Amino acid sequence: MMNLDLQELREYITDQIGDDILESSVQLAELELTVRRDSISGVLVFLRDDVNCQFKQLVDICGVDFPDQEERFCIVYNMLSLVHNRRIRLKLWTSENDPVQTAVPLFSTANWFEREIWDMFGVYFAEHPDLRRMLNDYGFEGHPLRKDFPLTGYVEVRYDDEQKRVVYEPVKLTQEFRTFDFMSPWEGVPRVLPGDEKAGQAGEDQA
Amino acid sequence: MAQSEIKNYNLNFGPQHPAAHGVLRMVLEMDGEIIERADPHIGLLHRGTEKLIEHKTYVQAVPYFDRLDYVAPQNQEHAFALATEKLLGIEAPPRAQYIRVLFAEIGRILNHILNITSYAMDVGAMTPMLWGFEEREVLMEFCERASGARLHMNYFRPGGVSTDLPHGLTEDIKSWADKYVTFLDDLETLLTENRIFKQRTVDIGVISAEQCFDWGFTGPNIRASGVAWDLRKSQPYDAYAEMDFDIPVGVNGDCYDRYLVRMMEMRESLKIIHQCLDNMPGGPCRVTDHKITPPSRADMKTSMESLIHHFKLFTEGYHVPAGETYTAVEAPKGEFAVYLISDGTNKPYRCKIRAPGFAHLQAMDFLSKGHMLADVVANIGSIDIVFGEIDR
Repeated sequence: MMNLDLQELREYITDQIGDDILESSVQLAELELTVRRDSISGVLVFLRDDVNCQFKQLVDICGVDFPDQEERFCIVYNMLSLVHNRRIRLKLWTSENDPVQTAVPLFSTANWFEREIWDMFGVYFAEHPDLRRMLNDYGFEGHPLRKDFPLTGYVEVRYDDEQKRVVYEPVKLTQEFRTFDFMSPWEGVPRVLPGDEKAGQAGEDQA
Repeated sequence: MAQSEIKNYNLNFGPQHPAAHGVLRMVLEMDGEIIERADPHIGLLHRGTEKLIEHKTYVQAVPYFDRLDYVAPQNQEHAFALATEKLLGIEAPPRAQYIRVLFAEIGRILNHILNITSYAMDVGAMTPMLWGFEEREVLMEFCERASGARLHMNYFRPGGVSTDLPHGLTEDIKSWADKYVTFLDDLETLLTENRIFKQRTVDIGVISAEQCFDWGFTGPNIRASGVAWDLRKSQPYDAYAEMDFDIPVGVNGDCYDRYLVRMMEMRESLKIIHQCLDNMPGGPCRVTDHKITPPSRADMKTSMESLIHHFKLFTEGYHVPAGETYTAVEAPKGEFAVYLISDGTNKPYRCKIRAPGFAHLQAMDFLSKGHMLADVVANIGSIDIVFGEIDR
């Protein structure tokens, strides 16, 4: 067992399981690996059991949505090694239709984190023992942390005194949802004088 | 005699139950008095914090962190402030670091008082709750004097703290800290050797160190199982590297040890508070770069540049360089972390909040299996859950 610094650890891991790793980097003193989607279980086992890694704790799994990309969801695993006092971050990319292998047989704690990702992003985890919604309501539709899901949502609830139950209704906003474009007028917005739109085109033609 | 089949009984615990520590609904499958399976249903307090933060500037995101674990709001803000500072590439000045550590430890004591006393009430002891809340009141007054708010402080900002400590506060905290030891002694005489308390907690909900790793336990819960792991020591942030304190560790990993660890931690927190007060450095309490922190009120009255800075900061906010970081702090309940992704604009692209209670609560099934119904209450109390942070 050696005490490796982050760069050495990165080289060590790429030496050992380089086939499964697409990319690796050390930024802001944090080690990050991008792995092949199919080989996530193998990588997790290696990182957990290898004597130089010993990332025995899977502290967090979360999803990120990048709607512009073909495989739009990034699943991020954060692991912690208590022996080496070190963290590592694993990433993999997936889309709505490609399931990710579950990590529950390896880490019991993965159960709820994966349920939350399923709930929030709609990423399916293959062979997950209990893939139900986690934080949202029992009959909820949609996946709220996707970037194309509006902040205000689609439905709202209230107690209906006549029906004596809680009813769902389309969301009604008393004031329109406000977002402001804070792009600096000095840096962001192109300066076009009203009525002078042709000036720029003429300039381009000349150039 | 004809044999009759005995069906397991399903019991719905909560969501409105005084021992559920909030809005926990738990479906318990019982064989008589014995728990066969516990299925916690969470999300009744879900407010979409992560989604909201994606639509707010970095300064506007801070108050959301108060509302996660509302028992110790300072520690959550701390994680976000550190994460943002890391992406911005700045460091808070020494005075700010000391003030933050001071209030983070006050937050820890706030949390442990509430947890221990309400936990004691769940298993039958009424008095600790009444005593403890008097002390919490004093501490929340300190918070009010520093930030203007008793509970949701909005005090730890990226770059430092929002305002400097008012005159006389450090002396008052010091005289409180001197007296608090006697309160702890009194509280211990009520609980530590209390026969009923021990009967309800010893050997209940035992979890070994290996199982703690498997279930992602952190904080006092993993320390109660004999693992000396504390982020304040192992990955020190702010001024913790300069503090001298010990990490209390349990032996058996049962409900009673989790109580003992928290009790000892309060005494260690007092040590840190004393060191902070004695060695509090002078100087500014936030970085002086007014692109990130607001200028003083007096400057704004006379300087045009300060006025512009103030206006820009509270409308547009600052742009954080693209990058990502996973920054964790030792919150009173365990490892509280913020996974922050910036795309270079003035709003976070993604802000995942890693709440310790989320990982702890999912071990409920494991901890309660084979125990009696009444032990479920002891388990919930001992793993210290608050729904603000679990449901987010």
